[in-house]
Amino acid sequence: MIKRASVLLLLLGLGAVFASLLLDYVPSTELSLTATYYAERGAQETGATNLITAILVTYRGLDTLGEVTVLFLAAAIVGLVLSRGRQAGETGDAGGATAAPPAGELLSTGKDLLVPLILLLGVYVIANGHLTPGGGFQGGAILASAILLILLTDPMRRFSHRLIAALESVSGLVFVGMGVLGIFLAGGFLDNRILPLGTLGELFSAGAIPVIYAFVGLKVGAEFSSMLVNLSETRESRS
Amino acid sequence: MTNLTLAMSLLLALAMVAAAIVAVQRKSLPVAILAAGLVSLLASVQFLLLAAPDVAMTEAAIGSGLTTFLFFFVLARVRGGQDD
Repeated sequence: MIKRASVLLLLLGLGAVFASLLLDYVPSTELSLTATYYAERGAQETGATNLITAILVTYRGLDTLGEVTVLFLAAAIVGLVLSRGRQAGETGDAGGATAAPPAGELLSTGKDLLVPLILLLGVYVIANGHLTPGGGFQGGAILASAILLILLTDPMRRFSHRLIAALESVSGLVFVGMGVLGIFLAGGFLDNRILPLGTLGELFSAGAIPVIYAFVGLKVGAEFSSMLVNLSETRESRS
Repeated sequence: MTNLTLAMSLLLALAMVAAAIVAVQRKSLPVAILAAGLVSLLASVQFLLLAAPDVAMTEAAIGSGLTTFLFFFVLARVRGGQDD
């Protein structure tokens, strides 16, 4: 009874806080100081038509590096936890892995049709990150969802862990390397002006942004794929 | 924001709340996972209506795509342990 009353009280308190926030909300009619700077100078300084990418990769590039690091840590911890479980499972019932039932006609045909298209969309989103909405993170997640579709169709399929790990570490190193190059050749860490800016709106423009984002995309895709592959493989050896 | 998009986002918000309640209340875990994925999917449409296509893409790919299946993989792994 007391528990229920305290939950109700907590909900009411939260409701009051959110209601006061909502009632006080006034949409701002003009951009803030930082937003004005980005809107006025962003396109000229970075050469990217998609301002969000320009902010993510250059102005706030360090934050992107941090996000990718967090994702890397998450993938590494998933791998660590699951590898321990996998060893225990293998010693428990060695050779007891049963073959998975074959995927249905619909799923396997759909996979054959969709996986190349999904991969193409992922590459497109990454390559056009500086021109249209999207970029490394989104494209990387799309690439990983193609891997997910393959795993759903054929759970016994094995992907090379070494290849995924190599892809992940090489793209991480290149990302940081491009950032350090920015210190020496341009204005600072992760400055994109180490390559010529080109004309605004073309595919090969915006300096180093497409290069950096391509490697961010590969890194994110490899990290998500390693998580999915680890989880899928552990399930197989267990059941 | 025009009236049409306002009505659409209100409808989406209501559907999101309904899906979230289903996700919390249902005893069946697969249904709950699917409902949680539905919340993300509707949220990504909501982001699109709020003129944030970048966030919408991330939400659709990670929130409703990968996370849902991540939950299913984990569910397949822990099943057989406890009932709940």
